[in-house]
Amino acid sequence: MFGLVPASIAAGSFGSLPALLALSASPLAQLKSLDIAVIAIYFGMVIWIGFYLKGRSNTSEEFFMAGREMTAWIAGLSFVSANLGSLELMGWAGSAYQYGILATHWYWIGAIPAMLFLGLVMMPFYYVCKTHSVPGYLNLRYGEHARVLAATFFALEMILMSGVNMFAMAVVMKVVLGWSLTFSILMSAFAVTLYVALGGLRSAIFNEVLQFVLIWGGALLVPILGMIQAGGISGLQTKIIANMHSDSYFHLWRDTGSFAANPMGVHWTGIVFGLGFAISFGYWTTDFLVVQRVLAAHNLRAARMAPVIGSFFKMAVPFIVILPGLLGLVLLQNPDGSRRQLVGEDVVKSCAVSLSTDKIEDPGACTSAMQTKSTLPAAYQQSVLSAAPGTELHSYNEVLPLMLVRYCGPGLLGLGITALIAGFMSGMAGNVSAFSTVWTYDLYKPLLNKKGSDSHYVMVGRLSIVVGVAVSIGAGYLVQHAHGIMDYVQALFSIFIAPLLATILLGMFWTRASRIAGFLGLLFGVVFSASLFEWVHLDPANLRYVALSEAAKPMAENVFRALWAFIFTALVIFVVSMFTKPRPVAELDGLVYGATILPKAVPVPFYKNEYMWAILVGVIFVALNILFW
Amino acid sequence: MHGSGIPIWFFIGVQLLIYGSMIFVYGIYQWLSGIYPAGVELTNLHTPVWWGGVLALLGLLYVVKFRPGRSK
Repeated sequence: MFGLVPASIAAGSFGSLPALLALSASPLAQLKSLDIAVIAIYFGMVIWIGFYLKGRSNTSEEFFMAGREMTAWIAGLSFVSANLGSLELMGWAGSAYQYGILATHWYWIGAIPAMLFLGLVMMPFYYVCKTHSVPGYLNLRYGEHARVLAATFFALEMILMSGVNMFAMAVVMKVVLGWSLTFSILMSAFAVTLYVALGGLRSAIFNEVLQFVLIWGGALLVPILGMIQAGGISGLQTKIIANMHSDSYFHLWRDTGSFAANPMGVHWTGIVFGLGFAISFGYWTTDFLVVQRVLAAHNLRAARMAPVIGSFFKMAVPFIVILPGLLGLVLLQNPDGSRRQLVGEDVVKSCAVSLSTDKIEDPGACTSAMQTKSTLPAAYQQSVLSAAPGTELHSYNEVLPLMLVRYCGPGLLGLGITALIAGFMSGMAGNVSAFSTVWTYDLYKPLLNKKGSDSHYVMVGRLSIVVGVAVSIGAGYLVQHAHGIMDYVQALFSIFIAPLLATILLGMFWTRASRIAGFLGLLFGVVFSASLFEWVHLDPANLRYVALSEAAKPMAENVFRALWAFIFTALVIFVVSMFTKPRPVAELDGLVYGATILPKAVPVPFYKNEYMWAILVGVIFVALNILFW
Repeated sequence: MHGSGIPIWFFIGVQLLIYGSMIFVYGIYQWLSGIYPAGVELTNLHTPVWWGGVLALLGLLYVVKFRPGRSK
């Protein structure tokens, strides 16, 4: 779920989440009984769905692939929902507060082209070869070694990521609602384990669609009411320019000609090639967490249509994420009516208030942090230092809950909090259901027990969910006590995804790519990518070499590292393939473009044609980029 | 959902209907009593009434359209 890491997370903000636990600030919101009823009904519903679907998850095809019975709409919504975690929602809203609509790139160019490519170009190969997983495709194309390597890395990533997400969400619940960490972790882990272990992928998908609707139902009010209060789009623009003395908050591309010209410190080449290609295509077309949802479609046309449907909704997500961040810039107020300025979590941490004395623990560090890392007015800084009532500091990542509290009373607040919990649970369910499939099909079955019965593998899948969640909980608590681990776990995805993309693309579109080349390319690509990460991690000054500029900021590292890792992997595969024996073309039927005769699509009316809808998405995508140029 | 069984849309309808009704009723109570939660902005728009109403109507539509046993 840290697939496309929010800028605030990449910059280390959420990495300092454990530090927030030390704060004594009171919770942002107080739930009333109506809110608690709304949350309780949600938990009741997801568990009911799990029990209801238990009877329809008896065979391995039903449990791991949802019987391949999903319609395009269900697969498409689930595809988007599995990615719509609450940390992403809060992180990107915080990024929008910091950087303006530059953050939208992660929803538009960082998703839409890749989703269309998956649907129209890659899905036929995944679907026709009837693989159960992305590592399964690697097995068919490159052999056992590539499969085991990819599956091991993916399974590890899913479990650790699930643990980190669980812990991070518990911290958010503590900050927003004052809930204890253990309560949040156990409550969500119990519900997710129950409904996924009972109903398998079908239950995870059902709940993801439900969660998708709840996220919109709970979060949509904030931009609607915010826009009313801000005076519409023109009012918002006027207020932002007046407050921030800059109009760059409304431009997607205009200020990306140099690293220094935009607050995010990225260059358009990094956005287009690193984010728009290496990271985005890597995530949306090869990460099994999302691809699994589309593989569950009931026929090839539905499988192709699902990502296209998903892309419409993905394009709309900035409305409930980016817009609240921008609105927070001008609407959030301190108790005295002055504009409330949010700060980085490092500043919040430096200005922690002592629980025993009710005073700032380290006034020197707090003064320094506020002066160097914020633009808080001097008078307000003095109020913070004297711990005056009503002068709490809040971080960028809290902009979404702060906006929620601003507009939502009892009931609506419960709905908004339910949206956050639903976002978290859909991500976690995605992690554990994908882990269960990869563990059972790509590790347990080929390496430990090749001759088990179908019911045996279903049992292994169910058990792996329970064990996987238990390990996740352990990983979550480990992160709480060893904060540095979080950086590495969050980096796992970005280290792995670009080499995997190069391996799959060359395997899918180049018949000459040999078995050994695929395995070596993936292996050396991951090592290369991890080395780049560690190089910058050990000495942040090395970022200028990775991103090719001294003005580059941490966000640029992710996109450029992915780009270099992709190029390196592709080169290894190309060179090794030229010196090794390729597989006979006849063996590549159903796996490689040029060696496969795809089934002819049955003619359908234009409104059911995936190409027509993809063109429409493309036109809207281009229009939006021009509109917010 | 393809095949037999209760469609996911029915579950969604039930959930929205319950939520919408609860929020709508609370909004009406708030409006009639004139007691609004402290610190919440734009209470004059009576958001719980219209948003709860929208959710409940949408939920009702889905419950009726996708109720179990309804022939397509």
